[in-house]
Amino acid sequence: MTGGVTGEVTGALAIDSLLDDPQLRVVVCTGSGGVGKTTSAAAIALRAAERGRTTVVLTIDPARRLAQSLGLAELDNTPRPVAGVDTTAGGSLAAMMLDMKRTFDEVVQAHSSPEKAQQILANPFYQSLSSSFAGTQEYMAMEKLGQLRAQTDPATGRPRWDLIVVDTPPSRSALDFLDAPDRLGSFLDSRFLRLLSAPAKAGSRAYVRVFSAMAGGLSGVMNRILGAQVLTDVQAFVAALDTMFGGFRQRAEQTYTMLAGRETAFLVVAAPEADAVREAAYFVERLRAEDMPLAGLVVNRVTGAGAVPLSAAEATRAADAAVSPAREVLLVHARRMHRHDAEARVMQRLSRLYPPVPAAVIPARPIDVTDLDSLRSIAADLAQGRPIPAAPAVV
Amino acid sequence: MLDPTIRLHVVTGKGGTGKTTVAAALALALARDGGRVLLAEVEGRQGLAQVFGRAPLPYEATELARSGRGSVHGLAVEAKAALLEYLDVFYRLGRAGRTLERLGAIDFATTIAPGLRDVLLTGKVYDALRQRADGRRGDGPPAWDAVVLDAPPTGRIARFLNVNDALAGLARMGPIHGQAESIMEMLTSATTAVHVVTLLEDMPVQETCDAVAELARLRLPLGAVLVNQVRPALLTEADLADAAGSGLTAADVGPDLLAALEAAGVAIHGTGYEMIAALLDEAAQHARRVSGEREQAERLLDLEMPIVDLPQLPGVAEGMDVTALHALADVLVAVSRPAPSQPHPQPSPVTR
Repeated sequence: MTGGVTGEVTGALAIDSLLDDPQLRVVVCTGSGGVGKTTSAAAIALRAAERGRTTVVLTIDPARRLAQSLGLAELDNTPRPVAGVDTTAGGSLAAMMLDMKRTFDEVVQAHSSPEKAQQILANPFYQSLSSSFAGTQEYMAMEKLGQLRAQTDPATGRPRWDLIVVDTPPSRSALDFLDAPDRLGSFLDSRFLRLLSAPAKAGSRAYVRVFSAMAGGLSGVMNRILGAQVLTDVQAFVAALDTMFGGFRQRAEQTYTMLAGRETAFLVVAAPEADAVREAAYFVERLRAEDMPLAGLVVNRVTGAGAVPLSAAEATRAADAAVSPAREVLLVHARRMHRHDAEARVMQRLSRLYPPVPAAVIPARPIDVTDLDSLRSIAADLAQGRPIPAAPAVV
Repeated sequence: MLDPTIRLHVVTGKGGTGKTTVAAALALALARDGGRVLLAEVEGRQGLAQVFGRAPLPYEATELARSGRGSVHGLAVEAKAALLEYLDVFYRLGRAGRTLERLGAIDFATTIAPGLRDVLLTGKVYDALRQRADGRRGDGPPAWDAVVLDAPPTGRIARFLNVNDALAGLARMGPIHGQAESIMEMLTSATTAVHVVTLLEDMPVQETCDAVAELARLRLPLGAVLVNQVRPALLTEADLADAAGSGLTAADVGPDLLAALEAAGVAIHGTGYEMIAALLDEAAQHARRVSGEREQAERLLDLEMPIVDLPQLPGVAEGMDVTALHALADVLVAVSRPAPSQPHPQPSPVTR
């Protein structure tokens, strides 16, 4: 995609034509922590809704006030309509927060008999895995995405959501879900799993013999490391999960296919700081390596040059010649321009990506985003498709 | 902050607040008086190599910088290597370890069951703290005077530090149970301090408050709140109030601004009115930002933890270099010196 909405600059991200494309069903906002990913996802979802799409935004861990502005008082894993959205174009907005444990529980319940589900949910190994261990979030976000995509309107039988906007968990492992089908696959086919699940099927004495025979004393080693009771819990867990794994794996594959397809757009979100830019470049390369449909880059909180055609050096010079408070007013501008110049240099790394990625920069705001109006104004800024500014010459 | 009885400094913070930079500066500050300080990262980002401008770190402690009479050594902890090492050291599993790897058990442990990653990473930190300078077991002098951990972000920190408690509950006896309990004991003891890095913005402060509450609930020992990238207000108090309202007007300041711009040889378009309006608008934005930052600083006071302000250094957007890290370390050393006894102690400009 080239050409912003203004049609002036090639390489600008045209978010409106993206959101207006009926083929687009999923937008994934990804990037490192602290770059405003959740805010971007909410702003994009709001804009899509007000342009006529039946939209749901799935957020992983929204800041409290942003959650409140979306009307998400509680984490209940269900899409809730957002009040205050302009629905005159025929669209609507719902929002939900991911409850990782509950999503996992629902997967278990959906894929096993009630009796077996009960067994799994009560297993101590399962309880830790589903709630306290990191990484589960990435898988569950994708599971929930798959579920939302599959929901239909009971009245019409058509998909309930016309567009799903999702942000990813705040870590570099945010893209780990891309490996999920492969990982699950190789894990399920692994001898390790077969060894683990053998005992519960064959009875524990037989298991020790089978295990020992197959792995040459490995079970003794495992018992020594883990303690016999852990191994028993893990085995019970794996055996119980065995029946649902097939469904889980199939779903992971479906979600992966959906993500790789034409109906999805990935947006990499960044901020104009060295670390965030480096991470964004990593995300871009990773998505490209996986052949994922990368639609563009969004750079948040960029210090604009302001309306005054006055460089940092000029403002500093003028401040030296000024009396208070004119002096301080000029220093405020000088500080802003220093920041602007530094950010522009840092962002050059994103301009140099090859092939180029369409980008849009969003000006920084003096105060934090906490309501629908500020989300709307961020979305409007995004739609302008301001390109990454050229770096000033180093003086 | 630099209390010598604290051997493990855990540094967390919301993404984007600069926790890696602050962890590095803290390690440099701790080394100033001649210590050997280990600076460990656990997220596979090679963030330490980046801030010190080095090639990616191997899986062994590598000297990163000299600081005063001491030195800082970096270690990028990697879960898979930690597991194989662990199996080898504790169970002498040379061959069986490879068998486990062939069976996919190592991959399972470090990826499919991601929580085990945290167990291994905290375990490695625990080992580093117990390591002796002579490489033997026993009571010899420790290999590291202090360990600084560039830990996972605030959203994950409680789960990360508490993973061994979860594990001790899972493995109710046996060697893993014992090890998990020892690690929890170390993490909850007075020789550990968990510091939180924040910016004076709503979301990082909110996450700081949430993380502190969670850490306190888990009885993890809290250190300081480190406020990063603090910028002084440029306007005087009276002008800030004026700029935030509408007291700083073009009529008052305009002529002075124009005179100064002319004196500096800047071309002025038309009457210069637009330029003045835009500059005053920027001043108003600055005032709003300052007042927002002060509100956030107030919220941090409610945490009743020591607060250390770290100044924003020039060029921070372009990434830190070692000189800048040393400058931040200077600030940490300065605020940690016991204040000379005075009849009426004055609040220092950097500590609140």
